[in-house]
Amino acid sequence: MCGIAGLIHKGKTVNIGKELQDMLQALKHRGPDSTGFALYGQGNNQGDYIMRFKVGENVAEGSSAVNEDKSVYDERRKQVDKHIRDLGGSIVNDAQLTPYSFRYCIKYNKDLMEFSKRIESVEMTEILSLGKSLELVKDIGDASVVSKQYGLDKIKGTHAIGHSRMATESGVDIRSAHPFWGYPFSDVSVVHNGQLTNYWNNRRALENKGMRFMSECDSELIAVYLAEKMRRGVALKDGMKDSLKELDGVFTYLVATKDSLGMAKDTMAAKPMVLYESDDLVAMGSEEIAIRTLLPQEIDTYDPYDGEVKVWQI
Amino acid sequence: MANLKNSKSQSMGLHKEVLTGRTQQVFFNPEEAENFFYYGAYDVDFNKRTEIDAKNLTCAKLNDKLNALMKEGYGTVVVKNPQGKHSLGVGILNKLNLIFEGSLGYFGVGSIDGPVVRITGRVGWSCAENMMAGKVMIEKNAGSCFGAAIRGGDLICKGSVGARTGIDMKGGTIIVGGDAGAFTGFMMQRGRIIILGDVGINLGDSMYDGTIFVGGKIKSLGSDAVKSKLSSDDIFWLRRKLKVAEIGSDFDVTRMTKVVAGKKLWNYDALEPSEKKGAI
Repeated sequence: MCGIAGLIHKGKTVNIGKELQDMLQALKHRGPDSTGFALYGQGNNQGDYIMRFKVGENVAEGSSAVNEDKSVYDERRKQVDKHIRDLGGSIVNDAQLTPYSFRYCIKYNKDLMEFSKRIESVEMTEILSLGKSLELVKDIGDASVVSKQYGLDKIKGTHAIGHSRMATESGVDIRSAHPFWGYPFSDVSVVHNGQLTNYWNNRRALENKGMRFMSECDSELIAVYLAEKMRRGVALKDGMKDSLKELDGVFTYLVATKDSLGMAKDTMAAKPMVLYESDDLVAMGSEEIAIRTLLPQEIDTYDPYDGEVKVWQI
Repeated sequence: MANLKNSKSQSMGLHKEVLTGRTQQVFFNPEEAENFFYYGAYDVDFNKRTEIDAKNLTCAKLNDKLNALMKEGYGTVVVKNPQGKHSLGVGILNKLNLIFEGSLGYFGVGSIDGPVVRITGRVGWSCAENMMAGKVMIEKNAGSCFGAAIRGGDLICKGSVGARTGIDMKGGTIIVGGDAGAFTGFMMQRGRIIILGDVGINLGDSMYDGTIFVGGKIKSLGSDAVKSKLSSDDIFWLRRKLKVAEIGSDFDVTRMTKVVAGKKLWNYDALEPSEKKGAI
C-alpha cells in the first residue's frame, strides 16, 4: 500500500523535520516496514555538499538484510574517506549517526557522477543523498523511531517529502526504502506509491545509458528516470509529464528539488493523493489525516485528477 | 404482480429485461412481517437532538457512540470535528438525521440503509460504499470510488469527485455538481449518475446497464459505452432530481449528454434475464 506525504512552505523556514514526522506517523498504517525523509534545509551555510551515506544495513527485527560484523563498517568508512581525498574533496564535518550511517559536509567542485561512482565502489556503500540542501534519511521502523534515531525533529527547512513503506516488490531494508536520490543530481529526491509494470525494460535501457540502480525496488526507477531526463536538459515538469506516458503501472509520486516540489498521478488514478493549497503552504498526503496533523481546523482539500502533474516553488 | 414491460423506466434505459414476478412478496409475506426484524435498526425521534465532538474519539468509539444514541432514540445527531477520520458513520440501518460538521476520511458513511447525512466538508475515497437507501449530501469535494457499489438512495456531491465514481453501482442515483475523474461509471450495472461538469477518460467503461448524464465535456467514452438520445422523460426526471438534490436548479439539463451501455461487451443476447442477474 505505502503512504506518501509532502509539504512546501512558500517564503518561510519552519521545523520541517517535525512536521513531516507527524504527517508520516499518521500514515503509519499504510506501511510499517520502513520510513524515509527527504528534508530540504539550509545546508551548512558554507555552500558545501552534504552527503548522507550508509556502509551497511540495519538488521533490526523485520529486516531482510544480511547480518554483518560491525567491525567492517569502520573499514568501509576509511575507504570512503580515502576516495574523497583522492578525488580532490575535503571533509569539513562528519558525524556517525548509527553504526552504519553517516552525514558528511564536503568541499568538492568536480563531477558528481564520478564522485558517486568512486564512493559507491566500496562494498555495501550507498550514497543516500548528495546535495547542498537535501538531507535524506531512511531506515527500518515508523516515523517516530527513525526521526528519533537520526534527530530529524530539529531540522529546519522549507519543504520535504516522505514515505512510509509496505514492502511488496523488494526486501525490507534501507536500500529498498524510499525516498530515492535522483543520482547523480544534487538535491533531487523521489517517493512513490504504486507499482511499475515495465520496470525491467526501463531499467535495462537506463543502465545502458550509464545510470545506476542500487536496489530492485521498482520505485527507484522513477528517480533514475527523472535524473536521466534532467541530465539531457529536460525540465523537471516536462520529464514528469513524459513519465505518465512512458512508465506503465499505477502510481502517484512526489519529487523534490532544492527549490521545488512536484506531484504526478498516473492516467488510471488508481493511487490516492489529497492536496491542500494556500498562499503560503501546500501539503499533500495519501490520506487527509496526514494533512490534518498540520492543520487540525476545517480546510478545503481535493484529489488531483488522472494524469495530473503539478509543481510548486518555494 | 406488476408487469413493467415497456415502462417509463425502461424507456429511460434503466434496465432492459422484464421484471415481472420480482416483487418483494415473493420473498416476504406481509402476514409474517412480525417474524422479521432488522438487527441494529432503531426507531428514532427526529426531534430528539444531540451533538458529539469527535476530536478525541477514534472512529470505532464514535461509531459506538452513534449506535448508543440511536438506541436511546436520538434522531438528529451533529458530529463536530470529524477531522478527516476514516470509516465514520458506517452501517447505520435506520432513519436518522446525521450532520458532520467537517470532513470525513476514507469509507465514510458506508453500508448505510436509510439515514439522511449532510457533510459540510469533503469526503475521502469510497464514500457511501454499498449504500442501500437514504440520502448523503456533501458540500465540498469527494475522493475516488465515490458511491462504489451503491444499491439505492441519493448520493450528492456539490463539488468535484475523483476517479471511478459509481464503480460497480447497482442502483440509486449519484449527482455531482462539479467535475468527475477517469472511469466514471466503471462496470456499473444499474442506477443513474449525473455529472454537471466535465468527466475524464473512459466514461462508463464496461458498463452492463444504467444511465450516465453529463453536462460538460467527456474526455473519452469507455469500452461499450455509447451516447443515447435524451428523452422528454429524462429531462423531466433530471429537473426533478436536481431540484430535490438542492443542486444545479438553474442548470440547462436539455444540453446534457446521455450515455448508456452498448450491450455488445457482455453477450446479453445469450442470457435469459434470470441468468444475467446471476452473472452480475
